[in-house]
Formats: sequence, C-alpha cells, structure tokens
Amino acid sequence: MKKTESKSQTSALAWARTGLMAGIAGILIATGNPALAAGELNLYSSRHYDTDERLYDEFTKKTGIKINRIEDKASALMKRIKAEGANSPADVLLTVDIGRLWAAEKEGMLRPTKSSALDKAIPAHLRDPQGHWYGFSTRARVIFYDKAKVDNPPKTYQELADPRFKGMVCTRSSSNIYMLSLMAGLIEHVGEDDAKAWAKAVYDNRARDPQGGDTDQLRGIASGQCAIAVSNTYYFARALRKDVRDLSGKTDKIGIVFPNQDSFGTHVNISGGGVVKNAPNAENAVKFLEYLASASAQNYFAAGNDEYPVVAGVAKSASVKKLGSFKADTQNLDKLGENQAKAQRIYNEVGYK
Amino acid sequence: MKTAISIDRTKGPPAGRAAATGRAGINWLSPLALAVAVVLIAPIGWVALSIFADDQGTLGHLAETVLPRYVGNTLVLIVGVGVGVLIIGTSTAWLVAMCEFPGRRFFEWALILPLAFPAYIIAYAYTDLLSHPGLVQSTLRDLTGWGPRDYWFPNIRSLGGAMAMFIFVLYPYVYLLARTAFLEQSTCYAEVSRTLGRTSFQSFRQVSLPLARPALAGGVFLALMETLADFGTVAHFGVETFTTGIYRAWLSMDDLVAAGQLSAMLLAVVLIVLVVERAERRRARFHQSQRMSDLSPYRLSGSRAWLAALACLAPVLFGFIIPVAILLNLSYVDGHDLFTRRYAVLTLNSLTLGVLAALVAVALAVLLAYAARIDPGPLSRIAGRLANLGYAVPGSVIAVGIMMPMGAFDNAVDAFMQATFGISTGLLITGSVAALVFAYVVRFMAVALTTVEAGLTTIPESMDAAARSLGATQFGTLRRVHMPLLSGGLLTAALLVFVDVMKELPATLILRPFNFDTLAVQAYRLASDERLAQASTPSLVLVAAGLIPVIILSRRIMTTRAGRRTANAGSG
Repeated sequence: MKKTESKSQTSALAWARTGLMAGIAGILIATGNPALAAGELNLYSSRHYDTDERLYDEFTKKTGIKINRIEDKASALMKRIKAEGANSPADVLLTVDIGRLWAAEKEGMLRPTKSSALDKAIPAHLRDPQGHWYGFSTRARVIFYDKAKVDNPPKTYQELADPRFKGMVCTRSSSNIYMLSLMAGLIEHVGEDDAKAWAKAVYDNRARDPQGGDTDQLRGIASGQCAIAVSNTYYFARALRKDVRDLSGKTDKIGIVFPNQDSFGTHVNISGGGVVKNAPNAENAVKFLEYLASASAQNYFAAGNDEYPVVAGVAKSASVKKLGSFKADTQNLDKLGENQAKAQRIYNEVGYK
Repeated sequence: MKTAISIDRTKGPPAGRAAATGRAGINWLSPLALAVAVVLIAPIGWVALSIFADDQGTLGHLAETVLPRYVGNTLVLIVGVGVGVLIIGTSTAWLVAMCEFPGRRFFEWALILPLAFPAYIIAYAYTDLLSHPGLVQSTLRDLTGWGPRDYWFPNIRSLGGAMAMFIFVLYPYVYLLARTAFLEQSTCYAEVSRTLGRTSFQSFRQVSLPLARPALAGGVFLALMETLADFGTVAHFGVETFTTGIYRAWLSMDDLVAAGQLSAMLLAVVLIVLVVERAERRRARFHQSQRMSDLSPYRLSGSRAWLAALACLAPVLFGFIIPVAILLNLSYVDGHDLFTRRYAVLTLNSLTLGVLAALVAVALAVLLAYAARIDPGPLSRIAGRLANLGYAVPGSVIAVGIMMPMGAFDNAVDAFMQATFGISTGLLITGSVAALVFAYVVRFMAVALTTVEAGLTTIPESMDAAARSLGATQFGTLRRVHMPLLSGGLLTAALLVFVDVMKELPATLILRPFNFDTLAVQAYRLASDERLAQASTPSLVLVAAGLIPVIILSRRIMTTRAGRRTANAGSG
C-alpha cells in the first residue's frame, strides 16, 4: 500500500516536472525573454523626448546592437529593477535628473564602469568618480521675465523671494523633479532654514497657483499672466527653433536671466545614466554609454532637444547659442540627490502646492 | 411579485440551502471564489501590509503639512463628481427611456460616447482651449480689450476644473445603468402610477427613481472609484488629492511605507463607500424583468421637448464633441502622421491588451457573481467585496504590489531551477503581457463584477427554482438559463473593461514588456514632453478605438427595449 503510494508519488512528480519544463519552455517562447538574447541592449529610460528615437536608431545602425526600451519615470523604473532583482534584464538606466541616479547608486543598483573613452570625453564634475553614472547632457534652470513688465529682473534665485515681485512669479508644482533639484541645490548653498524662508516667500509671490509644465510657465509670460517664470532652458530654445503652440512668435517679449552669476552660479542638472548592477549585456551597455558620449550622439542632444552637450568641441544648437553663455553651479551633483527628500519636506511645510 | 416566488436565500431555512448546494456537489464554488478574490486583492494587500514596516516618519510629516489639504480636496472632488454624474446620468437616462422628444433616438446612443475619453485626455484638450493663452481667453481679451490680468476667469487647472472633467467622462456609467433600470422596470408600476393620476415628473420621483436606486448607486460607485484612482488628470491640473499624496510619499520622498499607509487609508474610505452601495442594493432586490408590453412614452412637445433635447445635448457636447474638435484642430495644426506602421502597432497593442483583459475579467466575474447567487454566505459575500477594491486603487500602487512579489517569485523559481536542473529560467512573468493582464483584472474587476451582478439580479430566482425542479443541475442552469439571459450583460461588462484597459496608463507604463508601447503610453509620452499638439494624434486614435466598443454598446442599447426584445425572441 505504502509502496504504491510512493510510486505513484514519484510518477506524479515526474509528470509535474515534465509539465513544469514544458510550461517554462512555452512561457519563454511566449515572452521571448529578452535577457537571454545576444546582441541586444535593454534600456530603462526616463528620457521622454521624442527625438531620442533617432539617437537610438543610429546606435543600432552603427553597432548592430538592438535596443529594447522601457520608458517611465525614473523612480518607477528603479522600483522595477529592484523587484526584478538578480534576474533583471536591465542593462542601462537613463534619467533626466541627477537625484535619481544618486539614489540608484546609493541602493547599489548601478555597477562601476571603467572606460577611458568616457573618462576622457566627460568632464570630471559631470560623472561619478567610480564610474557608477555619467552625465551626457546638461540643462540649466533659469529665470525668464516679461521685458515689458519687469525693468529690473531678479539676478539670483534668492531674489525671486523679493516682495517687489508679489503676484508676478510662476513656477511648477513642488512635486516636480526639477523644482525638487533646484531646492536641493539651494539647501546646500544657503542652508535649510533660509531655503525654507525662500520657498515660503516665492510661494507668496506667485502669480497663480503652481501648475503645468515648463512650457506652460513660458506661455504664462507670453499671454501676460506671469511676469516672471522659472523653466529649463531647452523648452525656451525649442520655441525659438520650431513652432510651439501659444509661445513661438511671442518669444521676443521674453527676457532670460542666468541667475547667481556673481555667486555660486546657475543651477544645472544632468541627463545621465549608468550600467545596472546585474546587467546581462554589460559589454553592450558600456558601448552604449560610450556612444552617448560620441560626437554624433552629443549632436542629437544639442540639435534635437536643445540640451547642452557635455563633450568639448560639440556645437550647441543655434537656438541654444541665442540664450548666451553662463557660469554654471559646479557644486557636487551628489548633493542634489542627497537633499531631495529634504526639499520635498520643506515645500510641504510651507504649503507650496 | 417579489414576495410570491423569489426565495430569499440569505434568510432561507438551512435545510433548503444544504439541498440546493449539496446535491450538485458544488459547495467548493464559494471557497474557489474567495481564492480568486484573495489572489486579486494580494497586490493591494501587499502594499497595504507595508504599514507594519518601520517608517521614516513621513506619514507624521504629511499629516502635519499636506494631508488635511489632500483629504479636503478628495472629499470635495468625490462629492462634486458623485452629485454631478448622478444628476446628469439619471436625468438623461430617464428622458431617453421614458419620454419622446426630437432627437431622442440619437441621444440614446450618443450619450455614451464620452466613455471613450480618458479623463486625462479630455483634460489636455480643455486646458488647450480654456487656459490663459488658450483660444477662449485670448479671444475674450481681443474682443474686450482687457489686459491679461484685468479680469476674472475660472481657472481650468483647479479642483472645479478636475471635477468637471470627471463628470463629463464618467456620467455615462450612471446613464448606462440607470437607463437599463428604467427600461426594465415593470410597465405595471409606471401604468399604475399614471392611472393613479401622477404626472410624469411625480412618476419619475416617486416610482421610477426609488426602484432604480440600486442601479444608480452602482453607477455612482463606479464613477467615484475611478475618480479616486485617477492620477493623470489631477496631476495635469495640479490638484492635490489623496492619490497625489501617495505618489509624493513614494516617488519624491521614496518612502514606500508611507505610501502603503496612505493607500490603506484610501482603501478604508472605499470600503465605506462599498458598504453603503451594497446596503442600497440589498434593500432593493426587485426581480421584475417581465414586461408585458412596451410602455408608451411621455410625448414632450414645445418648449419642454426642446429643454429635454438641450439637457441631453449638453453632456454630449462637453464630453465628446468639443474635446474631439479641439484634438482634431491640434492634430491638424501639428499632429503626427497617423497612417504609419507605428500607429498600427500601437493600436494593435492596445486592442490586444483590452481583449485579453476583458475576457479574463468577465470569466472571473461570472464565477464570483455566480458563487454569490447559488452559494450565498459569508465566503462568497466577502469574495465579491474584496474583488471590487482594486478599482479605487491607483494603477501604480497595484503595479508595485504586483511587481515586488512577482519578481521575488520569478527569482525563487530561477534559483530553484538552477539548483535542481542547472538551467536558468530568468524572469518568467515579470515584464510579460500576463503580468499586465493580471494588473488590469485586479484594477477593473469591479467594472465587470458590478455589471454581471446587476444582470444576474434581474433574473428572478424563481427561474432557478423552476430549472432545478425540472432536473437541471446548477451548471446546467447557468449554461442553459442564465447565460442566454445574461449574454447582454456579459458583453456590456467585457466592453466596459476593454475601454477601461485601453485608457489605463500608470500600470501599463511600468509593467509592460520591452518595446511595447500602447496608444495611451504614446499620448502620455508626448504630453509629458509638453508636446500636446503631437499628443493629439494618439489621443484621437485612442478615442476612436474606444469608440468601437462604445458603438457596439450603443447598438445593443437600441435593441434592449423590452417590447422589441420580445418581438425578436418571437421571430428567432
């Protein structure tokens, strides 16, 4: 009795095993598990710029390596990498903000890369000393103003808090990553207390409740609702280069200030990336990073999306040249990541929407 | 009618109940239903359970600073949306179901059209039209010569604006359920009420409305759940709701525990709403589908007819015609080329996900609803309630709740297979379409379940009794009696899930396989790059694709007038 039972158990186990294998084979075929395919690169990207597709196509054309992509907000992508654990197919994580890269490194999600090509091409302050992450383009967060309404525009971020600008300032909402990084940088320069007082005063100066994207801040100046606005440079440059609804054609009335030229310099953030710790195609991943630092890829950042290329000798787009040159804040980019949660707390505490 | 034949099983004698379930040997149905519900609730439970982990004091900070505002905004929003969809949905449903006025036949189906619009896309459209630089305000300034800040104009990016967007696209839920309820109400009630001298309005208020209450509650429930789960619209408008809070805790402050705590609070609110809705429905189990003749409608004339037409036109205008016109204009100005391989692939992906999720959701909804019907008791009741919860939970919360355990499972399988057979299986489910479909089913189960349940309650239990006494098994009854009667309800459920899946964004974004873009993803990508004009192209395709099931629904609606159905049945 017992024997037959154990025998039937064994055969049941065998059946189960066969079934399991068949099932797995089936699923592998069905999902086409990309981690196992050679000659590919799995890219987790939070870059959301339409022109990036041409950038990736060129890489494939040059190297024969196919790019598989998933795009979402960086923090969501990081959650996915974490959940996928040791078997994550992710090779490269690209973000539009240093804060996320910093957090990814802190969580041990990125692996150090050694590449003399990358080290040579990218200035030291725009990459991690151990090679966990590299910045491939930069963007400045600057002040725009209505030339007709503001004779004496704010020269620094701190001046945005000046009561003489009451009812004039437009910004995005405080949960936006660009606003958080700006605040994170400020915390480093002036300290938490002053940064908090600043946030409260800027909010009190608002022309309308914080809302919309960067382009909407610029549109606010164009339509006359805002006298002063904070935005990333490339959104304005884009409107100079091509048609942006309700903005192009009205850019002449908008002036630009690169803030804090006499002190710590203008807040600059990077779009960058690194190789993921368990990358199945690590070699391809390094090739991809090196490609992003090549002249032709840098041209896409510059000409396609009006960002500042990081590699010396690559020309800015004509529209970006019109904005003029400036002194950038060269503080350690790590600080922007380190202070990010603090930045959100401060905004929350002063009731910044 | 109800008292004579229907058997109230919840209070029935224990012996009868045992006989009903025991003989067919399917008392495993309720445990099975509960198991399904537990699987469906697992991702949400996983997130909610994180409240027991160590927190970083984020919740305390949020409670002191922004939480009161989130709660206040959320309450105002759901009360406003609830009242709005109830008034619009009920009044239009009653007008097209019970009255006759110019354009009634057109409005009967046109009133569903806004359902094809995701709330975030209608928000994009109205922002373009009504914001300060938009057409309306700049025309106003040109005409009046007012300066840019000389006048007051309602701000579209506001709590009120968000409320309007939700009402515009969500009232069809109430309309659909209310209309069916009005049509299925026994003619006798209406005739008696008229014979007794009630005017049309009095009949509506004193007879039709109370009878339709469970359906109305169901419709409002769906609309409110969808409002609570929304992120795209409120984020675009900068309105801070509970969902915004969850995102902020989680993404900006990187505190999953606080996000879990907030999600748990949101769930508590949903549970309360759910209990109220269930209580409503229990109070009114009128099995009354028999309808001997078509009710002659109230013929409206003169100004009343015009008012009725206007009342029906307004929701269609604001919820569909105007936003479509805005998108068409944007697309004409600066849209993408639609007829490319790329948009074909996007559309195909969206359709595939919608169909798969709809099939799975409806199959499970039948299981759950049927368990509650033939094997009533705490198990099946709890199963039904649990399965509904996902609808109010933001897609991204569900996504995380799925990703984490699933990743752990995949890795455990891989480790086991490596140790045992020396082969690596990698990630099996994570990053597959299956994971995505699971997320959709978790999220939209309530839509399928509510509709199937509503359909089942209109089948009198006397029919079950008759079928059983004629020797049919429980499954035989399901297959040969219920399914044919339910087919319309099943189709409705499938179509509603399909449309919802097409529109879903956050879970799709994070759970999808490589290189698997959908129309919603493409619209979001372009919008988040602040290229709203280009985003109009995928938005339009999305609405057009969503229109297909909506049109099928509409056609169904045209044929579901009781009198006509009888005629069809006779000829076929």
